[in-house]
Amino acid sequence: MSTPKNNSKDSTVSPAVIVVDGRESTYDVTLTVNGVHRTARVPARRTLSDFLRHDLRLTGTHVGCEHGVCGVCTVLLDGAPVRSCLTFAVSVDGHSVTTIEGMAGDPHDADGNAPALSAVQQAFRECHALQCGFCTPGFITTITAGLAQRPDPTRAEAVEMIAGNLCRCTGYQNIVDAVLRAAELTRERGES
Amino acid sequence: MKPAPFAWHGPDSVAEAVAVLAEYGPDAKVLAGGQSLIPLLAMRIAAPDHLVDINRIAALDAVTVTAAGVTVGALARHTRVERDGAANAVQPLLTQALRLVAHPTIRNRGTTVGSLAHADPAGELTAVMALTGGTVTAASVRGERVIGAADFFRGPLESALAPDELAVRAFFPRMTAGGGTSFVEIARRHGDYALCGVGAIAELNDAGGLRALRCGYLSVSETPLVLDLTDAWTAGEQQAAELARAAVDPVTDIHASADYRRQLAAVLTIRAVRQAISAARRERLPREHSQEQL
Repeated sequence: MSTPKNNSKDSTVSPAVIVVDGRESTYDVTLTVNGVHRTARVPARRTLSDFLRHDLRLTGTHVGCEHGVCGVCTVLLDGAPVRSCLTFAVSVDGHSVTTIEGMAGDPHDADGNAPALSAVQQAFRECHALQCGFCTPGFITTITAGLAQRPDPTRAEAVEMIAGNLCRCTGYQNIVDAVLRAAELTRERGES
Repeated sequence: MKPAPFAWHGPDSVAEAVAVLAEYGPDAKVLAGGQSLIPLLAMRIAAPDHLVDINRIAALDAVTVTAAGVTVGALARHTRVERDGAANAVQPLLTQALRLVAHPTIRNRGTTVGSLAHADPAGELTAVMALTGGTVTAASVRGERVIGAADFFRGPLESALAPDELAVRAFFPRMTAGGGTSFVEIARRHGDYALCGVGAIAELNDAGGLRALRCGYLSVSETPLVLDLTDAWTAGEQQAAELARAAVDPVTDIHASADYRRQLAAVLTIRAVRQAISAARRERLPREHSQEQL
C-alpha cells in the first residue's frame, strides 16, 4: 500500500496550504472495486460514497442521511459492512470494496444472459422486500455480510442484522422474511 | 453535508503522527474510525485545518490480553475487541458494553480508543473505562504519558489529551477473581444513544456475600459517573436505586426528560447489579450449582 500521492502543482508547498490556484490538493486513490482496480484523483474530503458515485460512476450505492444513521450507503470494505459516507476514500486507499453492483453474477457472461441474482437479491424479489428501492442496496450488502457470518439466523437475529438500516416503505416484515429466505436459498445453492 | 476542505496527513508510524501533531496540533484532529468525527465534519460542526489519519499505522491495530488486563491499540476496531474471546474472559464488561455501541456496521469501522478520545458522556466505552479504573496512554514528541481514567475525562467531549498528543492505547484492568459484571441500557431505538446506561462490577467474599459493588453511568452526567454502592445495596435494592437517582445529574432534551433519566438510573441500577451478582455467583460456584438464586 503506497501513500496516496499529493498532486499539488507546487510540490514544495506546505501541507498547510490546501487550496492552490483555486484548486484543492488531490490524491490518487486506488481501490479494488468489485474485483476491478479503479483509480481516481480526489480531494481528501471525498467520502467513499461520493468516490464510488461521482468519481467511479457506480451509482448503485445510494446516499441518504450522509451522517451514518440510515445505512443506505453501506458497502463491504474488505468483506465487512461499513458506512461509505463515514469513510474517506483516501483512508481506504489500497483496500477492497464490494458494492451492490458486485452482488449479482457477471453481467458479461459468454451467452449474453442476464446476470444471476445473488441469493439475497433473489430473496428480496421473492418476498417483495422492497418498494421504492432506495434503501435496498444498503440492505443487500448488510445482509450478504450478515449471512456470511451467521448462515442460519433466527427471526430475532434477522431483525438484529438489519437494525442499522432504515426503510420508509416496507415496515420491515418482508425484509426480515427475505433474510430468512436468503439463508434458505444460500443453503440450497450450496447443496446443488 | 460535505466536509470543509482540510489538509490530509497519512502517517505510517506513531513517530510521524506525533511529529505532525507537534506542528499543527491546535488546528488538527486525529482521524481513526471517524464514526463520530466524520458526521461532525459533514455537518461542519467541526472544520479542522488538518486531519491526521492514523488508519495506515498498522502497529496500532492490536489487542493484547495479559493476566493484568486488556490493552487496546488506537486502531483496533470495536468489532475486533468485541469478538476477542480472551479479552472477554479477562474483562467481560468490554464485550457486554461493545454490543451496545451503535450498530455492527458502525462497530466495524469505529475504534475503541477513538470512542475514549471523543469523551462523549453518552459513550459506552467511557463508562467502562471509568468503571474499571483503566488508563489511556498518550504519545507526543515529548514522549508517552499514562493518564488514569479519573483524570482523562474533563467534560462533555473533552479529554485530558493535549492538542499535540495522540491516544495510542487504552488499558482495561482485568475483572477481579470471583467478580461479576453487567452492562444494561435503554435507548429509544436499537443502536441509538442510550437515554441512560449502567455498568456494574460486583465482587463477592468467600461466604458469598457482597464485598464490593461499583456502578458506572452514561448519559446522565457530564463526565462518566462511578458510584460505590456496596453499603447501599447491602441495606437493600431500593436504597441503592435511590442513591443512584440522587447522584446522577441528567439534562432534559428532546429524547427524554431529566426526571425520566433519573428513573432509568434507579431502575437500571437494580437490573445491572442483579445481573452482575448472578454472574459473580456463577463464577464462584461449581458448574452443577450454577443456577442463579436471586
